[in-house]
Amino acid sequence: MYKYDSYDQEMVDTRVEEFRDQTRRRIDGTLAEEQFRPLRLQNGLYLQLHAYMLRVAVPYGTLSSAQMRMLGDIADKYDRGYGHFTTRQNIQYNWIKLEDAPDILADLATVEMHAIQTSGNCIRNISSDQYAGAAADELIDPRPYAELLRQWSSFHPEFLHLPRKFKIAVIASKTDRAAMRLHDIGIEIVKNPNPENGAGEIGCAFYVGGGMGRTPMIAPLINPFVPLDQLITYAEACLRVYNRYGRRDNKYKARIKILVHELGKEEYTRQVDEEFAHLLTQGIEPPIAELERIIPFFADPPFEAGAADTVDLSDPDFALWVKNNTAAHKQPGYAIATISLKPVAGIPGDASGDQIRLMADLAKQYAFDELRVTHAQNIVLPHVRKADLYTLWQQLDAADLGTANLDTIGDIIACPGLDYCSLANARSIPVAQKIAARFAAQDRLDTIGELKLKISGCINACGHHHAGHIGILGVDRKGVENYQLSLGGSEGADTSLGQITGPGFSEDGVVDAVERATDVYLAKREDGERFLDTYRRIGMAPFKEAIYAPKLTNGEVANG
Amino acid sequence: MKILTGNDLKTGAVIWWDGSGWSLHVDDAVDASEHADEILAREEAARNVNSSYVVDAEQTDAKDGGGIRPGHIKERIRALGPTVRPDLTLKPADPSALNWVI
Amino acid sequence: MVETQFRFRTDEPVADPAVTAESFGEQTNAAAVRLESGDDARVLLPFLDRVRLVEVNFPSFGDGRGYSAARILREAGYAGELRAVGAVFVDQLGHLRRCGFDSFAPEHALDAIDAENAFNRWPDVYQATTDGRQPIWAKRHGTAESA
Repeated sequence: MYKYDSYDQEMVDTRVEEFRDQTRRRIDGTLAEEQFRPLRLQNGLYLQLHAYMLRVAVPYGTLSSAQMRMLGDIADKYDRGYGHFTTRQNIQYNWIKLEDAPDILADLATVEMHAIQTSGNCIRNISSDQYAGAAADELIDPRPYAELLRQWSSFHPEFLHLPRKFKIAVIASKTDRAAMRLHDIGIEIVKNPNPENGAGEIGCAFYVGGGMGRTPMIAPLINPFVPLDQLITYAEACLRVYNRYGRRDNKYKARIKILVHELGKEEYTRQVDEEFAHLLTQGIEPPIAELERIIPFFADPPFEAGAADTVDLSDPDFALWVKNNTAAHKQPGYAIATISLKPVAGIPGDASGDQIRLMADLAKQYAFDELRVTHAQNIVLPHVRKADLYTLWQQLDAADLGTANLDTIGDIIACPGLDYCSLANARSIPVAQKIAARFAAQDRLDTIGELKLKISGCINACGHHHAGHIGILGVDRKGVENYQLSLGGSEGADTSLGQITGPGFSEDGVVDAVERATDVYLAKREDGERFLDTYRRIGMAPFKEAIYAPKLTNGEVANG
Repeated sequence: MKILTGNDLKTGAVIWWDGSGWSLHVDDAVDASEHADEILAREEAARNVNSSYVVDAEQTDAKDGGGIRPGHIKERIRALGPTVRPDLTLKPADPSALNWVI
Repeated sequence: MVETQFRFRTDEPVADPAVTAESFGEQTNAAAVRLESGDDARVLLPFLDRVRLVEVNFPSFGDGRGYSAARILREAGYAGELRAVGAVFVDQLGHLRRCGFDSFAPEHALDAIDAENAFNRWPDVYQATTDGRQPIWAKRHGTAESA
């Protein structure tokens, strides 16, 4: 993975000193809260429901074991013993003191980490595929391009006061594991689609104008191929048009998706192309040598050739974990292992300081020192020898990190909700816990199979509920928590937005409604269909009918 | 009644105006309907509180504990702590605390 | 008129009143123009040889359109005074400078030491702008200074 040179280190160190100075001025009164607020947000520091909350950046979701260990130490030293892994591959701490924040950033800087631009109206953490560099189905590792974009976007003097936040994702696989088209800019590294112009050449397809929140939109394709040596210039053109023309009159219409929608894709593209043509004359593109410098940091680790490609599955619990939580690796003898942070009675995405340090140690021992954070709030060990899976699993299991529920209904994505977030209308974690408990039996999870259930505590959709096969949105109905159910969302290459089923439910009611929906799926599914597939085939009507049918005395659904 | 709340500038802790200062405990909150804006402006300027605002609340009956209960669930969660981590709330040993929130 | 608190030019400041962007074209005697945050800086491009002072107004520090306006003018070759006025605070100074502003008239006077720290905060920069600072990628690969 990327290692800082002296310039990168100097930049994060300078940022720490800048923030230390800004914090001092806030505490001594020279700087008012109104001016301080955007400065602390651009260092990831929110004033949240219970205390300050710090969101630490995990660039494109990649961490070394030393960095992971530091995240565990920060949880214990400065917080209340745990951290929360987020739907943008970052980590956040909920009980931070302002007076500690500069020291926390200084500690992070010692392991090449920071909280730069993880909030605020600026370009945020660049996310990517959690299986990058390990999956067999990728064209190339997308992360060098994410790193190039990270440096370009950090402290970019023109784009620190955008109309609103700006999120970029970079992938290089047709299997989109990063919800790329639900980003402000989604970039897919592709081969040149035009066979006349160097068919083997790789470049970037730009999708601009996606996002969730109040008005979810799927990003249209703006440019099918931008050559690698124009990537930064093109991105800059996209941002400059947004900075100049994005709406600033209404916070809820200020994202680039609204601009692209209101201008229309053709007009937005035309404006970008005009700006792009101008910017090409300005020499703002790093030389290709810079990409060539970054790429080797992401070279394959020293895989053992001829490692045993079979796994002894005689332990049934282990076999289940292998089936659910491991994925095929490009290198024979290796597997991609996902550590679930969704134990049944737990809090989705949370991990204690001890668990975080354990995962760091396991990565060091079994995964070439590398971990990934997924946007589904789990942790990936990307390169594990199959021969090591059993001993790895045993240690995970002993620490409540071995739940075999990846991508099942037990693997719930949930924002922190009203328990932690001042923006929320309803609590999300208790709903997640009740659903997980309802479906806790392992055979039930496996019978239902792949089902991505996502919960957001408010319309800001940090739980990505629009992209859930089943989505739940918490609302405030006259001071009482209420939950809307949606079906049929998807974040993959087949991106779609969920449809609301109808009137909302109480907390217990929505758990029942979810169960009724899965019952319909089980009754109607055809061979090999996931929940999403059955829904797409039969439509909303059968689900709606069952969900809103009156409850019979023995709990059966009225119309199966 | 109207009570005043905000966060401690340096620690971020949730605090409530108790008539002469800021307390961590909502039961210490006083009715500040009369001079809310004045108090908040003065206390913010002195940096005794950050991001402060006014909250509706009611004084509960003695049989219900006799404390101050904010009108909205969000403020009750602020007052107590996360419902999903009782150990991190202000009343970790009180099994009825969750009922008070909801 | 708000005092210019910081100025990085040695020539005489322009004393002319600033006219609006839309009217600058017809006002052939005008040398100073004021851009509001919603104005398109490119309307001035045909008249750049006549412009000696551009004031860019920041109605609130969160309205970042002036940063793009400044860069657009500098990229077009404008070499006159480019002044940030309005809601300009210490922590924006360095970034404003990088975008091409060379004078600053904040609506409320700023602490001189804090401002100096802000202007001199960053020993290196990741991006190329027209300010002539060599970005880190150029230093890494020994490429020429940006225009």
